[in-house]
Amino acid sequence: MSAGVLTAKVPGRRGILPGFSLTMGLSVSYLGLIVLLPIAALLLKASGLSWHEFVVATTSPRALAAYEVTAVSALEAVAFNAVLGLLFSWVLARYDFPGRRLLDSVMDLPFAMPTAVAGVALTAAFAHNGVFGQFLEPLGIKIAHAQPGIAMAMAFTSLPFVVRTLQPVIEDLDLDGEEAARILGASELQVFLRVVLPVIAPALIAGVTLAFARCLGEFGAIIFIAGNRPFETEIAALLIYIRLEEYDYGAATAIATVVLAVAFLVMLATNALQAWQQRYLDKG
Amino acid sequence: MKKGVVFAAALGLSLAPLAVQAQPADILNVSYDIARELYAQLNPPFQAQWQKEGGQSVEVRQSHGGSSKQARSILEGLPADVVTFNQVTDVQALANRGLVRADWQQAFPNQASPYYSLPSFLVRKGNPKHIHNWDDLARADVRVVMPNPKTSGNARYTYLAAYAFALEKFGNDQEKAKDFVRKLLGNVPVFDTGGRGATTTFVERETGDVLVTFEAEVNGIRKEFGADKFESIVPPVSVLAEFPVAVVDKVVDKRDSRKVATAYLNYLWSPEAQDILARNYNRVRDAKVAEKYKAQFPEVRLYTVELFGGWSNIQKVHFAEGGILDQVFEKR
Repeated sequence: MSAGVLTAKVPGRRGILPGFSLTMGLSVSYLGLIVLLPIAALLLKASGLSWHEFVVATTSPRALAAYEVTAVSALEAVAFNAVLGLLFSWVLARYDFPGRRLLDSVMDLPFAMPTAVAGVALTAAFAHNGVFGQFLEPLGIKIAHAQPGIAMAMAFTSLPFVVRTLQPVIEDLDLDGEEAARILGASELQVFLRVVLPVIAPALIAGVTLAFARCLGEFGAIIFIAGNRPFETEIAALLIYIRLEEYDYGAATAIATVVLAVAFLVMLATNALQAWQQRYLDKG
Repeated sequence: MKKGVVFAAALGLSLAPLAVQAQPADILNVSYDIARELYAQLNPPFQAQWQKEGGQSVEVRQSHGGSSKQARSILEGLPADVVTFNQVTDVQALANRGLVRADWQQAFPNQASPYYSLPSFLVRKGNPKHIHNWDDLARADVRVVMPNPKTSGNARYTYLAAYAFALEKFGNDQEKAKDFVRKLLGNVPVFDTGGRGATTTFVERETGDVLVTFEAEVNGIRKEFGADKFESIVPPVSVLAEFPVAVVDKVVDKRDSRKVATAYLNYLWSPEAQDILARNYNRVRDAKVAEKYKAQFPEVRLYTVELFGGWSNIQKVHFAEGGILDQVFEKR
């Protein structure tokens, strides 16, 4: 996952694996069969629509509202996770304390848990009669069956992406640099902003991007906690599902194509940003 | 699970030349979401009967989910021998693509619908909001729980019942009927994707004042969660909800299971099966059984889908993209 982050090129390392052509061939055919083929099928189905039909399907007011709900919630979720993920990975990488291994494993739970289970559990906790909901609702804070619930479900399922991307990088951080900065009189804030952050930033960005892409596609956890009301709490993935229920495969794949394209563009932009940053770091 | 079924079926097909048997040892019944418990009760007596009459054992396997989703799975290759749906349109979708014969509604009695039900109300104990009829659901102080009409057959009947009620109330004024349905849908805080999801929202999350779902489900909930917590309110008018069944011709011809599949569906009309259906609060066709359970089914005046010009018309005018449902949803 963090492959693109720290690709220090060790000379001669390539020879460890038996036969470049074999491994490369396997990777490419796997990627082709399992990842690209279904996506190609999706695009093919969408291409059955005329350009006009495609535009109508993807830019209906309801679809636009669904993109907005999805994107805004995803941004909220990753903003939250950027801060919290940094904190968690810092704690896990830098400190040794009783229960650290346990906490480390718990961090993976959102990966392992069926997202629908997560959705049901979050809804139960934040509904007005739930463990948290009963205290929040009297204060006028509505989470289940409202937009904040969507952001919360997204944050829940995407947190490990940030933590698991950042943690190894923080573990590998050279403490000498920080020490040197302190000796030279830098404040703790300066050490963090000038010494630590530039090194971990690519990993942070990578993690946040992965989390964002995950949020765009999340379905199982969200449909339980969102109100699923059109224009208010209806996410793009649900609209795709609804179009399928109408046997409208064309419109469903058209909307799916838009979501997929956005996720892909975000990934691409991040990779470019990382490559640029890597060059910058290598020079420095 | 469904993948498992497909895989098992694929395995079964590849082994087929080895095993020579008249009728397969199992059939797959693909059904709607809230029929799990019902068919769990119906299958064992059928299996016993088939064993007794033909001397062959058969296992009826079940798959449950939203009716439209199930139909789509079959279109995509789920080898269902029979379907037992809650939506005429979903069987029709199979017929349109040649999996089910075009005149499937004539293949069995009662338009191929062995039992029927109607959208009905479940309210909290004592009926604190005094909900008795459809216009109470459009009141500003009432929160209504129902699934999404776009994803749930159950909710489509609810929508139609409300619309039919409004048409009658406002002397066939379409605009006023739309407005009525708009208000009603505006009172729904959560649109779950299926009937069971809505039940959970109403019962477990204690959300809403009234749950609108099939009469059978309403009474099932009272049995399951306590008759002391909820009250069943059957509105004076509602819409007839048929539960159509069909043999999936393409599959049974391939698997050579037509005989057992047809016998299975015919069994649903037997007095024994009708009794089980009625015990589960479904309204049945058998006059004797209906008489026996008369007390649990209040008189209701039922609109039929013919009021709307049949299912294909309903689909076009109300539920298709840009139809009345979308218009009502979008101008809230």
